[in-house]
Amino acid sequence: MIAELGHYALILALVVALVQGTLPLIGAQRRTPAWIAVARPAAILQAGLIGIAFLALTHAFVTSDFSVVNVAENSHSAKPMLYKISGVWGNHEGSMVLWVLILALYGLAVALFGRNLPPSLRARVLAVQALIAVGFLLFIILTSNPFERLSPAPLDGRGLNPLLQDPGLAFHPPMLYFGYVGFSMAFAFAIAALIEGRVDAAWARWVRPWTLAAWCFLTAGIALGSWWAYYELGWGGWWFWDPVENASFMPWLAGTALLHSAIVCEKRDTLKSWTILLAILTFSLSLLGTFLVRSGVLTSVHAFATDPERGVFILAFLVLVTGGALALFAVRAPGLAGGGLFAPISREGALVLNNLLLTVGCATVFLGTLYPLFLEIAGGGKVSVGGPYFNATFIPLMVPLVAFVPVGSMLPWKRGDLAGVLARLRFAGGVAGATALAVLALVEGTSLLAAGGVLLAAWLAAGVLTELAGRVQLLRVDAAESWRRLVRLPRASVGMSLAHLGVAVFVAGVTGSVAWHTEKVQTMRVGETVEVAGYQFTLDGVSEHRGPNYTATSGQFTVTRQGAPVTRLRPEKRIYPAENMPTTEAAIHSTAMRDLYAVLGDPAEDGAWTTRLYVNPLIAWIWFGCFMMVGGGLLSLSDRRHRVGAPVRQAVRAGVLGPAKA
Amino acid sequence: MMRARCLALVLVLLAAGARAETVLPDPASEARAVELHKSLRCLVCQNQSIHDSNADLAVDLRQIVRERVAAGESDAGVVDYVVRRYGDFVLLRPPVKASTYLLWFGPALILLAGATAAFRFLRRARAAGLGAPAPLSDQERRTLAALRDGREP
Amino acid sequence: MMRRYHLIPVAIFIALAGGLYVGLDPDRNPKAVPSALIDQPVPEFALPPVEGRGLGLASADLRGEVALVNVFASWCGPCRVEHPLLMDLAAKRVVAVHGINYKDQPKAAAEWLLRLGDPYTRTGADRDGRVSIDWGVYGVPETFVVDRAGRIRYKHVGPLQADDLEQKILPLIRRLQG
Repeated sequence: MIAELGHYALILALVVALVQGTLPLIGAQRRTPAWIAVARPAAILQAGLIGIAFLALTHAFVTSDFSVVNVAENSHSAKPMLYKISGVWGNHEGSMVLWVLILALYGLAVALFGRNLPPSLRARVLAVQALIAVGFLLFIILTSNPFERLSPAPLDGRGLNPLLQDPGLAFHPPMLYFGYVGFSMAFAFAIAALIEGRVDAAWARWVRPWTLAAWCFLTAGIALGSWWAYYELGWGGWWFWDPVENASFMPWLAGTALLHSAIVCEKRDTLKSWTILLAILTFSLSLLGTFLVRSGVLTSVHAFATDPERGVFILAFLVLVTGGALALFAVRAPGLAGGGLFAPISREGALVLNNLLLTVGCATVFLGTLYPLFLEIAGGGKVSVGGPYFNATFIPLMVPLVAFVPVGSMLPWKRGDLAGVLARLRFAGGVAGATALAVLALVEGTSLLAAGGVLLAAWLAAGVLTELAGRVQLLRVDAAESWRRLVRLPRASVGMSLAHLGVAVFVAGVTGSVAWHTEKVQTMRVGETVEVAGYQFTLDGVSEHRGPNYTATSGQFTVTRQGAPVTRLRPEKRIYPAENMPTTEAAIHSTAMRDLYAVLGDPAEDGAWTTRLYVNPLIAWIWFGCFMMVGGGLLSLSDRRHRVGAPVRQAVRAGVLGPAKA
Repeated sequence: MMRARCLALVLVLLAAGARAETVLPDPASEARAVELHKSLRCLVCQNQSIHDSNADLAVDLRQIVRERVAAGESDAGVVDYVVRRYGDFVLLRPPVKASTYLLWFGPALILLAGATAAFRFLRRARAAGLGAPAPLSDQERRTLAALRDGREP
Repeated sequence: MMRRYHLIPVAIFIALAGGLYVGLDPDRNPKAVPSALIDQPVPEFALPPVEGRGLGLASADLRGEVALVNVFASWCGPCRVEHPLLMDLAAKRVVAVHGINYKDQPKAAAEWLLRLGDPYTRTGADRDGRVSIDWGVYGVPETFVVDRAGRIRYKHVGPLQADDLEQKILPLIRRLQG
């Protein structure tokens, strides 16, 4: 009964979305206030209906109602409650419901908090959002109904892939979707602006917080996914350049570019059509990711059960949304007059460089991800494009991007003095050089490439701090005054510094984990000791035990260093009988400077065990760096200037005469 | 279509029961072998290198690579051995040849095109900037007049 | 003039969408790996027979007549699915059918052939799987068509099905024999 209610709510939501996607658009065109006014209540109603559908599906999972096909196929009565709930979106149908729910929630946010938007713009944004929702609701109802019944109901379900039964992965998809779907806001604003034929600073100011919010979610989602891959897949790696990973990384790169170009758009009233194009591309790449993951055109270690028929639907939708948007862009964008003038050496110029490198990086990932498919279609045979390709092409693009951040963020708007900025960065350069040389001299096994990574990270960190120190006049005024200035700095600018510092920490983490990583694979008997990078791992024993829905074989390791105990590690191999699938649970001991990582493999014939032992220096910095980026984004988001958009359009108009403020 | 799906389900990939493997005693050789492992794709599990896979075939191939490294074969020789059996598909770093020119030189081409576009844009922005300032619009003129008169615009 | 540049994104997108549409072709199996050994001579090898049988399999045995070489294992479920087809083929004496037994326990393999029937003229017990790797095998079952000159002409991955046999493999064998 409840499942039918959910299905019914989805159909009603589709009807509401159809109304919301048409009437306000026509109303805004004809300037009919009554039709424009439909948008807001429709968005609220639509969110409510999809909310009901989502709750109905959750109810079916929580109560293990196996008469619902989706629950029977993806859940099991013996599963812990957390995974019953995360099972809702651990499958294709349910994840699509979560997708539209998040879409509706963003729409709801615009309806409730977008009071300062001009009514016609708000109506158009909500209408574009609703049209996207129409596509996805149709997709769910026609091809992927999560509420389908099964008769007779099986006694128990087939269970959820045990790899997915993990707290990290329970929250990874929602984060990712909040990111993907969040970019639909930037998209909707872009389309609304193209229809209105007007892009101004106020428009950019409205778009920025939504983009920033989506970017924070996507960053957190990707980081969470990579952390999961690190501890769950048991190979010590955290990024595999897998098509599904790339599918989430492409919108991230485009979204990061959008974040920066929107600043230029807001502050200097230029780069308008480029920013619009980026907004379209970012969301289109999110849709493309959905397509790649669900259509089966590419193979991946972690794709959903795929179905080419669903692929055709999503592709048709992609063509409508992206093709339509780009066609509209081709017609309307030439009319968007460029605004502010500036010299190449300026903040604007630096952000153009930032956009160039990020977009080319995104295009490179795109090329590498889709090349095998296109080559095969063209009859050119099968190739694999893996990590070595991306390391050789993508990283060289990111190095200058990162290296230029300190310079770019110190250049003033309009016209800058490169020599002057470099002079102010002398100290940072010295610190970075000294750090790299010290590491090269002191840390054993440092290659020149690793020293380069350290140089890059230290340069960025020192540069960001120099810029911050300049803002608070550190050492020029007394410390208390500097502190007062720091506290009074706009949160957006502190957020920016924090996020850039996060990039530095991330670069350091990547460098450390790649350059000084040690791994040893061997067979060990109980009692045997193996030394890895100065740590002695002793296998004390192997035992069996039972978990709530699995049985496990676990190895006990004692780790010592120079005779002193460090930690005990208990890696496991689990078998989940419901799914008849083995998983590897690595044991990790994490500190700021290194991770100790142990994996128990299969028994050898003579009673010894295959073990894989890793020492991964600085690897935690990778996720801590991402955490700082997200933190910086959130801090920036909390800035009053982002929240209070109301008087802006006026202020910016008047501000045409005044000097552009940074 | 149904068939393709059945096939994927029914085909038992060589993933069963990985055996213990022996590491080369010489750390330098082992390091070389590991680098080679990372460059070879595991055919059974999609998109992973044989270094990152527990599949039986991956374990066997790892062992073969080690044996050949220990026997003193060059990196190219070892890779060639695997490619002769499984084709270019096993190379995670595709070889540079006519069918992959676009893949390998594509990023540079895109960068060049992007840099050209950016350069033109920057030149336009500057050229306009170096000339006389753009004339005030009517709106701006009104605002200016209002400010001069000491009124709110 | 400006308008031309603004058409670039939509043009690229149309080309891309076309490619993706072709990529959705349901007959395309993105997981299939083409064999690198097509039209190459079979690798040099010599394997002892599966336990309890007389004739082993070596590269020399594959010259002189067209043969079907099937890689199988007793622990492989799909091999059981295709097994009746192989029995049928052997009974009709259309083509010489040989087997490579991949990584199997000798007892288990012998028992499997005893219980289900033995379609193979010659068998090779590939205990450590090395010969199969030389053949470029990456999943069992796999089936190869070898011509008179001892060259591999066709490779099928996964269990044989009646229409694979009728539409592709048998016509090829007839052509090679003819």
